[in-house]
Formats: sequence, C-alpha cells, structure tokens
Amino acid sequence: MPDTSIPAPPPLYAAHRKVYPRAVTGRVRSIKWAVLVLLLGVYYVVPWLRWDRGPGVPNQAVLADIANARLFFFWIELWPQEIYFLTGLLILAAIGLFAATSLFGRIWCGFTCPQTVWTDLFLWVERRIEGDRNARMKRDAGPRTRDRMLRRAAKHGAWLAIAAATGGAWIMYFQDAPTVVRQIVTGQASLQTYFFFGLFTATTYVLAGFAREQVCTYMCPWPRFQGAMLDQDSLVVTYRDWRGEPRGKPKDAGSGDCVDCGACVHVCPTGIDIREGQQLQCIGCGLCVDACDDVMGKLSRPRGLIAFEALANLAASTAATSGMAPGPQRFLAGMAARRPLHLIRPRTMMYAGVLTAVAAAMLAGFLLRDTLTLTALAERAPPYVRLSDGSIRNAYTLKLADKTRDGGQYALVLDGPAGLRLVVQDTAADAAGRPVLPVRRDGVATFRALVTAGRELHLAESQPLRFRLLDAAGTVVASGSSVFLGPHP
Amino acid sequence: MALKPETDAVSGVATTGHEWDGIKELDNPMPAWWVYTFYACIAFAAVWVVFYPSLPFVRGTLGYTGRSDLSRVMEAERARTEPMLARIRAATPAAIAADPELRGFALAGGRVAFANNCAGCHGAGGQGAVGGFPSLADDDWIYGGSFDAIQQTITVGVRNGEHPDARGVAMPAFAQAGLTPAQIGTLADHVLSLSGAGPASAPGAALYAENCVACHGDRGEGNRELGAPRLNDQVWLYGGDRAAIGRTIANARAGVMPAWGSRLDPATINMLTVYVHALGGGEQ
Repeated sequence: MPDTSIPAPPPLYAAHRKVYPRAVTGRVRSIKWAVLVLLLGVYYVVPWLRWDRGPGVPNQAVLADIANARLFFFWIELWPQEIYFLTGLLILAAIGLFAATSLFGRIWCGFTCPQTVWTDLFLWVERRIEGDRNARMKRDAGPRTRDRMLRRAAKHGAWLAIAAATGGAWIMYFQDAPTVVRQIVTGQASLQTYFFFGLFTATTYVLAGFAREQVCTYMCPWPRFQGAMLDQDSLVVTYRDWRGEPRGKPKDAGSGDCVDCGACVHVCPTGIDIREGQQLQCIGCGLCVDACDDVMGKLSRPRGLIAFEALANLAASTAATSGMAPGPQRFLAGMAARRPLHLIRPRTMMYAGVLTAVAAAMLAGFLLRDTLTLTALAERAPPYVRLSDGSIRNAYTLKLADKTRDGGQYALVLDGPAGLRLVVQDTAADAAGRPVLPVRRDGVATFRALVTAGRELHLAESQPLRFRLLDAAGTVVASGSSVFLGPHP
Repeated sequence: MALKPETDAVSGVATTGHEWDGIKELDNPMPAWWVYTFYACIAFAAVWVVFYPSLPFVRGTLGYTGRSDLSRVMEAERARTEPMLARIRAATPAAIAADPELRGFALAGGRVAFANNCAGCHGAGGQGAVGGFPSLADDDWIYGGSFDAIQQTITVGVRNGEHPDARGVAMPAFAQAGLTPAQIGTLADHVLSLSGAGPASAPGAALYAENCVACHGDRGEGNRELGAPRLNDQVWLYGGDRAAIGRTIANARAGVMPAWGSRLDPATINMLTVYVHALGGGEQ
C-alpha cells in the first residue's frame, strides 16, 4: 500500500545561522563597488554644497530646515503646506522602483539599497581586519585568544566610526552642515542633535553590522510583495541547471558544467544556494555570477552558468536541451534557444505611462504653484455684530503668505454684494480709498478686516464673499473666499 | 503532566510542562541582555530613591519637587516678559496702540487676559449676551469707548459696591414709583419710537419727559456719565421688543461688574484696554 500520510510541515522557527560571505572579484563586483562609491559620495557631499540665497537665509543647497519650517533644494524653497511635492516625489520613486523591478529584477535590492550598500562596506571592513571567510570561521570557532579579541575590538571600532560618520551625515541634511559638524565635535550641539546623531549611528551599526541579511529576509516588506512586479521576462539571478546538471568532478565523464565547488554559496551575502532556484532570500546582487564565472574561466568552460537571465529564456533552454547528454552540443542548443530581452511589455508600458502621468502632473503643479496666497478666515465668535445704526458687521482674519523674498504691497478689494464697506485695521489706504496690505517677505502677514453691511441692504443669512488682492496694474494676484453672515432676515 | 522534563522536538528546548490545547510552553532561559537590563533598573531605582522624592515623607537628597520646577519656569518666563510689561505699564493705552511692537504684545496678552477674566460674561470674542452683558465688539458704549473710558471702566467696575468710583447710577423701578401697567406700555411704545420702531405718541412723550429725560436725554441719546444707555439705536442690552422694554421700565436694570483694578496689575489692565478697543468699536 502506498504511503498516503501527509508530510509534517517544516517548522516555523529557524535558528539564526551566521553567514560568512567570501570575497569575490569580477564584473558584477566592480559595478557594485562603483555604485557604492557613487551613492555614498553623493550622500556625503550633497550637504556641503552651497547655494547663495541672500543674507539671513541658509546657504545650504539641500536642507530640511525643521526649526524654520522650510525645505530648501537648490533654487526651490517649499513651505510645510507644500509637502505634497515631497509626497509626489516619493510616489514617483515607488513607481520607478516597480518599473525597474519588472525590467531588471531586484537591482534595487542588490545594488542600491542602503542596507546592501552599508552591509557591503561593513563586510569590506570585516575582511580587512578579521580576514576572509575561512579565517573568520576558524577564528570564531577557535579559542578566545588575545589576537581574536583585539581584532574584534578593532572591527567594532571601525564600524562605529563609519556608523557615526553616517549618522552625522544624515544630521547634516537637517542643520547647517559645517556648523553642526563643528558643534558635534566640540560638544556644543543640542541634546536633540546628539540624540538623533546617536540614533542613526546605532541603527547603522546594528543593521549593517549584525542584522544584515535578516533585514532583507525578515524585516523588509519589499521582497514579500515585489513578486507582483516580476514576471517570466524580468531579469533575475539564475542557475542554468540545463547545462550544469548533473553535477560532478571536472574530469568525470557525463557530468554537466557545475563542479559543485560551492563558490556560489560561499560568496552569497544571504547564505543561500542559488542552484535551488528562485528564493525569497535572494537579493539579486549577482556575486554568485562573479564567483561561478571565475571557476568556469579556470576550467576553460563558457562563463554564465549562473547569470542574470529571464525565466522565459531559462524555460526555453531547458526545453531545447531536454534529453541531451552533457557537452558542448547541449550548451550551444540551450543558448540558441534564448530570445533577446523582452523589455516592452504591457506591464512595463503601464508603469511608464503612470510614471509619465505623475511626473507631468507634479511638474505642472510645481510650475503653477502660487507664491502669494490670501486666506480669509471669518471670525466665529461672534459670527456678526449689530451696530448701533442697525448695520451688520463681520470680522475676518486675513493671512497674506508671501513665499518669495521680493516684498511689495497690494490693494485689497471686496467681491460681493454691492454696498458692503471694507475696513482693514492698522493699514493705510491708497488714492482710491482701498486698503493697502504690505506683504511680509518669506512669511505670513496677518490683518483684521471688518466688513459692514448697511441696514438697508437686507442680505441673506449667508452671503458668499471674496477678497481680491490687486497689484499696481490692477491685476488680481491672489484671492481668498469666505462668507458674510447676518441675522435671519 | 510529565514528571521528568519533556523536550520540545522542534526547538530542542525543555518545556515547563504547562499545556493549553496542545500548545506547550517552552522553558527558555531569560536572554542575558534582559536579565542585566533588569538588574540595571533595580540599581538605578536604588540610586533614584536616594536622590529624588520617591517614598512618602522623604524628600530625597536633591530636594527636587515638581512644583519648584514649575515656579522656576514661571520665574524665568516673568523675567523674559518683564521688560515689555514694564514699558506697557509705563505707557498709556493710547500710546501702546500707537507703537506697533507694544501693540502686538498688548493684543496677544490682552487676548489671554480677556479669555481668563472677561469672557465669562462678555463672551469669547466680546460679543456679549442679551440680559445685561454688553457687547464689546459693537460701536455702542454705555460708559464710553475711548482708551481712557475703557481703562476706567475696567479699573473701577460697575455698581459693585467695592470701589468708591464704580460706574453707574441706579435706575428707579417705575412700577414701584407709581406708573400703572398701561402707562408703562405707552412709555415702552414711545421708547421704541425713538429708534424708529413705531410711531411716537403725545401721552408717551409726556410720560418720557416726566420720568426718563433726566438720564436718557431728550431724544434718547443716553448719558455716559451716568451710564444711562442710548435708547435711540438698534442695540438693546436686555432685549428690544415691547415686552422686554416694559419689564425694564417696571423693574429697572442694574448690571454689575467687578472692579478689576484691585484684581489685575496695571500692565494687564492696559493690555486689556488695548485689546477691547481693537475688538471693533474703539473710539478716539
């Protein structure tokens, strides 16, 4: 009788297994180093760029000035209420990430994610001080010698130094960079500054030094749902099992190209075996590609046993070589079955479309944004006042925000039922008797306006009303709407 | 329950022997970091008890109290605002209103003082209420709307019996002074006619001339010295319909207001004056 019992599910609990990735050289590794240097360089250099905005204004090119509630980006200056531009930028980044993933797989994870970049940097430091994979494993398994303790202390010291420099760099985006660096070093920074400096130092140290691949496997949501962006035409890191199997020693007759040397496993920063197929843990860094190419080169076999490959091509090669014996023929047949990368697909077209639409909407919104706004807030206590001659008066708080530093003054007129009288407290009037409101450069000027309706007007209980600001030429430069309230007629 | 320790097959950890619906509790040791943090907390608490008030009737060696903290903050705040308050105390309300810096400070301070002391009767925005709480946002003033008049009214109050110079004189209750209900009705009609609500009448005018003119004036223009309100405008402190006016004539009205001069410091009264003046009805 066949065994019909259901196999027990694998346990949900997994004890942590420390990963000792081996150093590797090659094309992908070179690209990764270049990306790392470029990204960290941009990250560290940007806060030091200067941009002259005139006296009394920060001259840092990129600065999130929390204390003064301004976001500076070169020539752009945003107020807190315009934070949706930042939201738009994040939406663009998200869709861009979806598009890149559907085209080229997990290149974000493998090459540009801060977690990957800093882990790479920390691993490099670890190798300089404690040696490569085998030396580290041997030392960890051995006794607690003086040498081991010294090396360990040196490693953690170097990690902390890098982490501190990172935390400091992040602080520099929120305070004037030269000032805050001097303050931190000389002990004059505020408690908040030290707190955030310490926080970012600690997170960098822990995430890149200790958590590493567990961040990608257990903490990060992105690997969990990016499967929705990948399809059979996306580039993923793949083991070409159709030419590698069956595995065997180099001299064994009848074995495939994979010599089971384990190089791909030893270099993997997440400690997996790519030959087991697509896995959640694989961040697509491609270091196993370099490791395998190196081995294939030494054996004078064609490179690319592990490669960035679309799953559709893998299936085509597998189908074309089914039943063939290992050897050059099988390799050629498999490679011939591949098709060029299929970049233009409904999915990628859709991402491109959404990307373009959002970018266009944001650009239009930015170009059309108002730099002078007028807000009219009707006073609610009291909603209206009856004067001794029986007329009804409403009061309004007018807020005139000027997002430029040009200054100027504008005449205020009322657009509403005829006969309303407008007075603005503490302002002068122009030749035509209209109140003149001076703006507050890069700030909000507040005025109190009184609007009176004579007893003879007999207005409805609620009457729409609009305040308009006119420049010298009589053009409306800003307007704000409100209502005029009165007793039930 | 097993007598000897049972080992969990998956994790290799001994169980406590406790079981709920087939789920067994693992007997994992406390993580070392947790245990040391716990010990550190105990040590911290021991030190804390020595320095800070933690036990009943024990102050702690630092002598710290939350109240002393608060009074220190308040003291610092007073020291910070004192230069401005000194200038406000020394200036007249009119001078404060003319100086943009002082005016801004006085309006902000006055708003807070108004909410704390005045809004209970006069409303959050000075809108007042029918029934004897005058609106301070309109242009109708019983005792005057100039800076000096407002300052004086706040300082001495109205009919409070506590300040010798308190504003206001008593209005007679005319029902007790001998007017019949019919006469009171006629008089109420005449008072309404002063502000254009209804026709004037000869008997009413005669009654008015006999009883009201001395305080409220020939045409109902009122008298700010006495605190006799205008009767020829559209603002009614106790309601403007015939019945309400009749009740006012019959029983009289005597609104009161505390004398704030003994309750608030001169700087606050100056700020309140500037604030009330700016509500919308200030006179020069």
